[in-house]
Amino acid sequence: MRVQIAATMLSRVTRLTSRTRQLDPGRILHTGSRAPQSVAAHLDDQAADDGPRAVSRTSEKDPARHGEQHEGLHYDIPLQDVGTLFPQSLPPRFSMQVKTFGEACLMVRKPALELLHYLKNTDFAHPAVRYVLYGEKGTGKTLSLCHVIHFCAKQDWLILHVPDAHLWVKNCRGLLPSAYDRTRLDQPAEASAWLKNFKTTNERFLSQIKVQGQYVWNKRESTERGRPLGEVVEQGLTRAKSATDAVGVVLKELKGQSRAGGFRLLVAVDGVNALWGRTTLRREDKSLVAAEELALVHNLRKMVRNDWHGGAIALTLSQTGSLFKPRKAYLPQELLGKEGFDALDPFVPILVSNYSPKEFESCVQYYLESSWLQHEKAHTEDGKKQLLFLSDANPGQLERLCAHL
Amino acid sequence: MAAPCVSCGAPLSYRLFLGGRVSFARRHGVWKAAAAELQIGAGSQILRLRHTTGVTTKKNVAALRRETYTVDFIKKQIEEFNIGKRHLANMMGEDPETFTQEDIDRAIAYLFPSGLFEKQARPIMKHPEQIFPKQRAVQWGEDGRPFHFLFYTGKQSYYSLMHETYGKLLDVEKRQNQLQAKGLFSENTKTKDLIGSRWLIKEELEDMLVEKLSDQDYAQFIRLLERLLTVQRDAEEEFVQQFRRSVTIQSKKQLIEPLQYDEQGMAFSTSEGKRKSARAKAVVYEHGSGRIKVNGIDYLLYFPVMQDREQLMFPFHFLDRLGKHDVTCTVAGGGPSSQAGAIRLAMAKALCSFVTEEEVEWMRQAGLLTTDPRVRERKKPGQEGARRKFTWKKR
Repeated sequence: MRVQIAATMLSRVTRLTSRTRQLDPGRILHTGSRAPQSVAAHLDDQAADDGPRAVSRTSEKDPARHGEQHEGLHYDIPLQDVGTLFPQSLPPRFSMQVKTFGEACLMVRKPALELLHYLKNTDFAHPAVRYVLYGEKGTGKTLSLCHVIHFCAKQDWLILHVPDAHLWVKNCRGLLPSAYDRTRLDQPAEASAWLKNFKTTNERFLSQIKVQGQYVWNKRESTERGRPLGEVVEQGLTRAKSATDAVGVVLKELKGQSRAGGFRLLVAVDGVNALWGRTTLRREDKSLVAAEELALVHNLRKMVRNDWHGGAIALTLSQTGSLFKPRKAYLPQELLGKEGFDALDPFVPILVSNYSPKEFESCVQYYLESSWLQHEKAHTEDGKKQLLFLSDANPGQLERLCAHL
Repeated sequence: MAAPCVSCGAPLSYRLFLGGRVSFARRHGVWKAAAAELQIGAGSQILRLRHTTGVTTKKNVAALRRETYTVDFIKKQIEEFNIGKRHLANMMGEDPETFTQEDIDRAIAYLFPSGLFEKQARPIMKHPEQIFPKQRAVQWGEDGRPFHFLFYTGKQSYYSLMHETYGKLLDVEKRQNQLQAKGLFSENTKTKDLIGSRWLIKEELEDMLVEKLSDQDYAQFIRLLERLLTVQRDAEEEFVQQFRRSVTIQSKKQLIEPLQYDEQGMAFSTSEGKRKSARAKAVVYEHGSGRIKVNGIDYLLYFPVMQDREQLMFPFHFLDRLGKHDVTCTVAGGGPSSQAGAIRLAMAKALCSFVTEEEVEWMRQAGLLTTDPRVRERKKPGQEGARRKFTWKKR
């Protein structure tokens, strides 16, 4: 590690700030990883620095400004943003990495850049376009989605993020018959968890948006027209029995009001193939529950239809949590099935593939810089070739492999 | 065939000499003649005749210890064998004159197919001298006086051999001294003859002398021979060569596949490998980027377990050629680990064509080119598994 010159008297900023270097020959000061924000502000990203140090990182924090030149480089998200945008919705391994490293670094990759480009050029008068990220297992679909969410949050969109739709169709306890519609089933636990995360993410919208219908929850409680959306969310959080209905109301309201133009809506669902697959849930009489009999799934399917405008829909397919799907399936046709494919058709498919050599190099460099790879051969060429072979440039495999070293 | 020994004039009622072993000349010494006086014991496994041993009554216990075969008996066996050989040749439609032992073996295997695992338990038809164990003839004449002058040492053949060898050693030393005195001494080391051969082992020497030896005797004899060779490397070559056997195993060469060229002119090489019940064929291309396709599927998807991918990495990593070759392979049978092992062997063999001889030798020593002989051991009756016994209950 580079020697830190303590005489700089720089305030001990945490490693959130990007690692930059001043190439001003007049200054002997080497600001290593402890450069404060102000110093970093007037430095632009220097991708090609002397030596391999800056190859893996860029100082560009704003996803809106990410472009081709940042491809393969890591940028970090401030931790408070992580707390707001992704409350318990990051993939478990990535959140462990965030906790270990103390920083959340995402790599800028081509699929995400493509999606950002589309989003920047969306016409909000047209119906919402559906973008589906698909690819082999472990190629980085979920994290690309997180990148897109960060961008939209920075652009002040309203984020409707379902971290993993598979969680709604398996291992649920406490299914209740829905109060709204007798044929459907409620999932109070999942609904209240989601409402909590939704509230954390979109705090400031909750007071702005006003409800346009009147909803009666039970004999004593109801929400009038014109009340802020926050009240609906509170209702769902306090009364678990009406949580699912609250979710349904929120979705309906947001869909209806996004065309009014007050805000932009991003619907981001991870593992969307769960909505049209089988479930492993059973009722008390041991009969299987179909996906559409779950109220949450039903409402989400309506949300993902492109009959509204004023936003975009970003979806990810995932085999990892899916039920009854073969391990090697990754194409939309295979994972969604006929029903799902017809429901989502037309959509823009975006393939997420394994690392290119440059991206691989950058990822290994990032791990080396964070002292994650402790093996003495890790920084040699031979070691890198072995890593490349064993992981076949698959980001997920590489991450698991490096965890052992 | 049988011929009387020149060196022994006494009545030869109990001696028999076998066809190729007789030595007439004295130069081979007495020990050889003594060893050549052999009788062949019983234990017939010839097809037609089953020589039954004597009735086991208490009176004949001593005789049972060592079956003695009379000379006539052995001669009759040999005649019967030869006649049988001619009959067999006629049966198979071959020429009786040129019917060799290999032909006999093939004919017997054809006429009497056997599924027994133990090769020595199958039907065989061989010359009586290979079947009946060699026995020593009676070593003394009618007057009770032994023929050999070293008879009373107890190990006459061994001691006579030692005596002869020592005599040769003295001769060689004397010659060396004479040459040195004359100044014609020349150092020529011909070590090459001894490479690739080894001394007889104790069992082989015992067979040769038809006499039991102890380890010390054997060691003493080998030391004497080594001493002879240190004095002069090429001394008494024919004599020494009798006691050397060639070692052929380590000179087995690894078969190197020839290179082939496909339409684009890219060189590639194919080979096969197997492990347990998995069979794999690999095609390794000379230039590539390290992509491996197994049965049309990427190796990352085909082998989700890291251990299998490490097995695939081993040949390339060993030769430092990671990411330089493309491979396409097909594999069938076995489970994931054995398929990985089979592909590894196939890839290593295919890589031999792209690599120098020295590296091939390194690979062989690393064990990359050897088929793993381990297979699943059979479950035995009375046991729960191959080795696991049933739980032992005390009562």
